[in-house]
Amino acid sequence: MVEFNLPADSKISTGKTVKAPDGATRIKRFKIYRYDPTVNENPSLDTFEVDLDTCGPMILDALLKIKNEMDATLTFRRSCREGVCGSCAFNIDGTNTLACTKPIADVSGDVKVFPLPHLPVIKDLVPDLSQPYAQYASIKPWLMADGSAPPVGEHLQSPAERAKLDGMWECILCFSCQTSCPSYWWNGDRYLGPAVLLQAYRWIADSRDTAADKRLDDLDDPFKLFRCHTIMNCTNTCPKGLNPGQAIAEIKKDLAKRL
Amino acid sequence: MSGQSSAGGIHHWWAQRLSSLALIPLSLWFVASALTLIGADHAHFTAWVGEPGNMLMMVLLIVAVFYHTGQGLQVVIEDYIHSEAALRSSLIATRAFVYIGGVSCLLSVFTIAFRS
Repeated sequence: MVEFNLPADSKISTGKTVKAPDGATRIKRFKIYRYDPTVNENPSLDTFEVDLDTCGPMILDALLKIKNEMDATLTFRRSCREGVCGSCAFNIDGTNTLACTKPIADVSGDVKVFPLPHLPVIKDLVPDLSQPYAQYASIKPWLMADGSAPPVGEHLQSPAERAKLDGMWECILCFSCQTSCPSYWWNGDRYLGPAVLLQAYRWIADSRDTAADKRLDDLDDPFKLFRCHTIMNCTNTCPKGLNPGQAIAEIKKDLAKRL
Repeated sequence: MSGQSSAGGIHHWWAQRLSSLALIPLSLWFVASALTLIGADHAHFTAWVGEPGNMLMMVLLIVAVFYHTGQGLQVVIEDYIHSEAALRSSLIATRAFVYIGGVSCLLSVFTIAFRS
């Protein structure tokens, strides 16, 4: 059966508190999930008091400040700091989003930062993304052209055909949507999840790709595609404002057209 | 995780949508009819079921209700039950329930209709 409670060794205890320096006036408390696989202890929630007068505006700025000045062992992924690399996706204030594009000012009260939900945690805020990556590889995310469209030469695309890819090419594979989906929590081993299905449709909708039928064959499965019950957490949470829910609906429509 | 599809997802999904569409007019008809039958005695009720139009609608309603129930329960069971043995036995029990329930209801309609 689905597990509705955390297993005993995943229960979160209260961790340490690191105070802001004396004289700090604008203090924001960050409560951050900590897990160290090298010690045999349950995860904990550490509290860091950040002086906002000496901190940048985004959640990622605060995480970097904490790592640089308060606790160098805090572990998380980050790279571009401008919402194009997809590394710093966490569950922030109860919603999956990118730390680099989420302003601290958007969170009232303490800022809670957890790893993306329902994935194995490697350390602190770093989840194991092996499964979503393997699922992404399974949909063959590259152009498959048999040479018929066009027979020779470059792959021309009209502006209208190109426009069909808008809202899909922008996906940065941060997996915020993937890990916000209850169906993916319950059946992540068999359901491909919203991020991967959005990418699947990105290739189905591409006028230059000639393998749409084969791609649809591969998706016509009660678990890979049809575990989507249009819960729409994916679309609500996408930090890039994309709509994986609609892409999944388009795949279902394309399959229905072949009946 | 296998790359191969087990196929047939779209048929289940489409059948579930169609049966839910069919249930909109059928359910409205049933509720409206039930309201007109409030206070009716047994003889009046059996005569009502025996009318060809009513019998047809009852049969369609029963088929759609049990078909749709079976499809819906299957999805819920597949979502939440993960042990292979429990999953298979729940699906078989669901099938048994909708077939026995559906056929029992159909037989009831036919018995009333053709005896009266």
